[in-house]
Amino acid sequence: MKPTDISAPGYFHKVVDCQWACPAHTPVPEYIRLIAAGRYGDAYMINWKSNVFPGILGRTCDRPCEPACRRVRVEEEPVAICRLKRVAADYKDDVKGRMPQPSPTKNGKRIALVGAGPASLTVARDLAPLGYDCVVFDGDKHAGGMMRTQIPKFRLPDSVIDEETNYVLDLGVEFRGGTRIDSMKALLAEDYDAIVVGSGAPRGRDLDIPGRKEAAANIHIGIDWLSSVSFDHIHTIGKRVIVLGGGNTAMDCCRSARRLGGEDVKVVVRSGFDEMKASPWEKEDAAREGIPIHNFLVPKEFLHDGGKLTGVVFEKVKAEYDAKGRRKLVPAGEPDVTFACDDVLVAVGQENAFPWIERDAGIDFDEWGMPKVDKVTFQSSHPKVFFGGDAAFGPKNIIWAVAHGHEVAVSIDKMLHGENIADRPLPAVQVVNQKMGIHEWSYKNEVMPDERYAVPHRDNASALSSIKAEVELGFDPNLALAEAGRCLNCDVETVFSAPLCIECDACVDVCPMDCITFTDNGEEDDLRQRLRAPALNLTQDIYVADGLKTGRIMAKDEDVCLHCGLCAERCPTGAWDMNKFFLEVTHAGPACR
Amino acid sequence: MTYLAKPKFHHPSLPKNAIGFTRRDYEASTSTLCAGCGHDSISAAIIEAAFELSIEPHRVAKISGIGCSSKTPDYFLGASHGFNSVHGRMPSVLTGANLANRDLIYLGVSGDGDSASIGFGQFAHALRRGVNMVYIVENNGVYGLTKGQFSATADRGSKSKKGVFNTDNSIDLVSIALQLGATFVARSFSGDKSQLVPLIKAAIQHRGAAFIDVISPCIAFNNHAGSTKSLEYVRAHNEAVNALDVMIGRDPITVNYAPGKVVSVTQHDGTVLNLRKINDEYDPGDRLAAMNFLQKHAALGQIVTGLLYVDSEADDLHSNFNTVSTPLNQLDTAALCPGSVTLETINDSLR
Repeated sequence: MKPTDISAPGYFHKVVDCQWACPAHTPVPEYIRLIAAGRYGDAYMINWKSNVFPGILGRTCDRPCEPACRRVRVEEEPVAICRLKRVAADYKDDVKGRMPQPSPTKNGKRIALVGAGPASLTVARDLAPLGYDCVVFDGDKHAGGMMRTQIPKFRLPDSVIDEETNYVLDLGVEFRGGTRIDSMKALLAEDYDAIVVGSGAPRGRDLDIPGRKEAAANIHIGIDWLSSVSFDHIHTIGKRVIVLGGGNTAMDCCRSARRLGGEDVKVVVRSGFDEMKASPWEKEDAAREGIPIHNFLVPKEFLHDGGKLTGVVFEKVKAEYDAKGRRKLVPAGEPDVTFACDDVLVAVGQENAFPWIERDAGIDFDEWGMPKVDKVTFQSSHPKVFFGGDAAFGPKNIIWAVAHGHEVAVSIDKMLHGENIADRPLPAVQVVNQKMGIHEWSYKNEVMPDERYAVPHRDNASALSSIKAEVELGFDPNLALAEAGRCLNCDVETVFSAPLCIECDACVDVCPMDCITFTDNGEEDDLRQRLRAPALNLTQDIYVADGLKTGRIMAKDEDVCLHCGLCAERCPTGAWDMNKFFLEVTHAGPACR
Repeated sequence: MTYLAKPKFHHPSLPKNAIGFTRRDYEASTSTLCAGCGHDSISAAIIEAAFELSIEPHRVAKISGIGCSSKTPDYFLGASHGFNSVHGRMPSVLTGANLANRDLIYLGVSGDGDSASIGFGQFAHALRRGVNMVYIVENNGVYGLTKGQFSATADRGSKSKKGVFNTDNSIDLVSIALQLGATFVARSFSGDKSQLVPLIKAAIQHRGAAFIDVISPCIAFNNHAGSTKSLEYVRAHNEAVNALDVMIGRDPITVNYAPGKVVSVTQHDGTVLNLRKINDEYDPGDRLAAMNFLQKHAALGQIVTGLLYVDSEADDLHSNFNTVSTPLNQLDTAALCPGSVTLETINDSLR
């Protein structure tokens, strides 16, 4: 194998699994250490810079970081990264003074942003302080988009949305609430320098099976119903409710229904339990509220009597896998199942819809009605029009919308400075020694097995009595400190210097995870088998260094390294050192140009 | 060194041995030796050997004297018996323990100061008597605990860290062990576990006095240019005569060797030692030749390592003394005091 180039920004970034997995590449271990130090405001600002909505994401993020967490590989449960983020938001002091100020001078460029959801607000956050005139349009009176309309208040209170959307709008962003954009052509005619489409994926899929029309009064599209609930237009639902669908919207629907009078609420899903799209913790939350989930049932017919829904008939299916491992649901050959009900909520998926973009406005669409958008620059076929969030590539989640927003802002900033937007900026990287004394490091390197701490919940009875009472209470500072202590500080990297190494084996002997091997070089496949512990996790790199006196190489499997620094403590010559790797994605501004 | 205990975490694929222990189960408290100490590597090699042999930790007694080396039994086999004795007196304490309970595995750990100076006489007599033990000397050529004076094994002409040349002749413990009749004699290097671990395993399986001289560079006081016991010097002058594969009892022998290249030695317990020859003229069964070979190569400035001599038919102190086969602590009153009738019979036989 070739020696590893640890100066490439991507190498250590990949070792910080959480930050690598995060679409916005938030420096997770850095802010967790700040939380442990009680510096909640500092932890919040690191988050805010990177993901714009720490309080919102700390409650609702899909947390791609957590399955990636190294604790999963060395223990079992990941660090509760998402809920620690919320701690930063809950316990920070007033951070208004630390926010960027509205630009005193404008640069004369005008940006229109369609939809006041996370993608548009991120673009505005990045561009407004640079002097851009940002105008955000939304059909609703308040900013927030789907964060406000589709996420139930018992998961995300309005106060949190207000606070964090206001931080953006206070940067001198013009918000035109209650102004729905109905024509792209008209908007283009207003001669903005750039237009950002962040209008989400606003259309819920329907279910066209017999009885749909006849029983329409009691059949509701999930996301529409959720926004009606959130706008206080709907206050009740029938006693017996069936929720169709297995995603997070279905979980929000069933839990909302429980709070609006649904006593017998059940979720019915086509797939098996494990294949459901809903996040495991959202399924757990539904289960905690006494909502059963029935799997492998495909809706066949809505039963109705005199225009009133009476039940749903389901066909039993089973999963079969073809030679390529693709799943197919085939009839199980068992009798149909009928559940009686008063209302049905259909949460079987969301679609993009752009009825307001004229097809001759200069924006190309593909055969599925999706705009053709560049995956890196987010530019459409119209050079002035950019897409971000769910509007760009279909439904994902908030953190992806934020990541898109940053990229859109970079594209616009470069474009309006006459630069090639395909040239993307590298991230800013720092690598700094962490040694404080003979056996002292700037971080807590004493790692031990420690199970994940549970977030306290409101008791069921009081939670179910209100549609607005937040269920999760969040970690208190003591629990947060304990949970923060589980972080393995994967951003404090083991850095090896071959010229200093005397090959005494001290690091090999002391490494608790058998990560380090001194051996003859070879091809990667062969080398992986020959290490002290075979390196079978191919998603994790092998750190190789040559230039040793014996002609061997040092090979370190990054897979389960605890970043405990014992190799550096035991090294007599300082050939091993612990260096903190800090990576920040370059946002719009002079640094990206 | 480090003050931190090694985390309890281990690699997910960490294997278990025949009695269900992992290598980590043979570890002990955190070493307080200097960072990079060769002794820590030897401790790691002992851990590895005990793990691979599936030794029950409570069947081992670790006995040591005084010095950096003699601290190390605290850092391996934490669940075994231990006795940290007076300076240079490990061999007699070990001999006594062995006489009292012949069923345990005796691991004597000593250093060049402990064995070649203050305990030189003890070293000689334990080997001479053929005590069934593994006697490991962690040999760094300096007194590390008192900041690096030459020890008795430092080579004449080698240079101290302060720049002083050694004017005394050195004691070669391996040559003396051969002369005194040790029945398993080896030399190795802390920086080469692939050689050291099989030697320790073979020594544990050997019946009789097994002696291993392990050159163990002192990183703090004897790892500089001019030292003949530095990592670099030993690597450059290491002359391995053979490479050892230890085949335990029922293990299927899967290694294929080129004919003529291997000497197989079956020990009393059925363990097969396959010695792959590196030096063709070397015969580990010939004590006289071994002694000559060592002297010849020492004169050339080479450090001969490997399994230098083994007598697979060796007896030990117990068979020489014809002692009772049961450990003393298992002898009950009936066995120890067979009664007046038996006494009469014995007395009658002596009239």
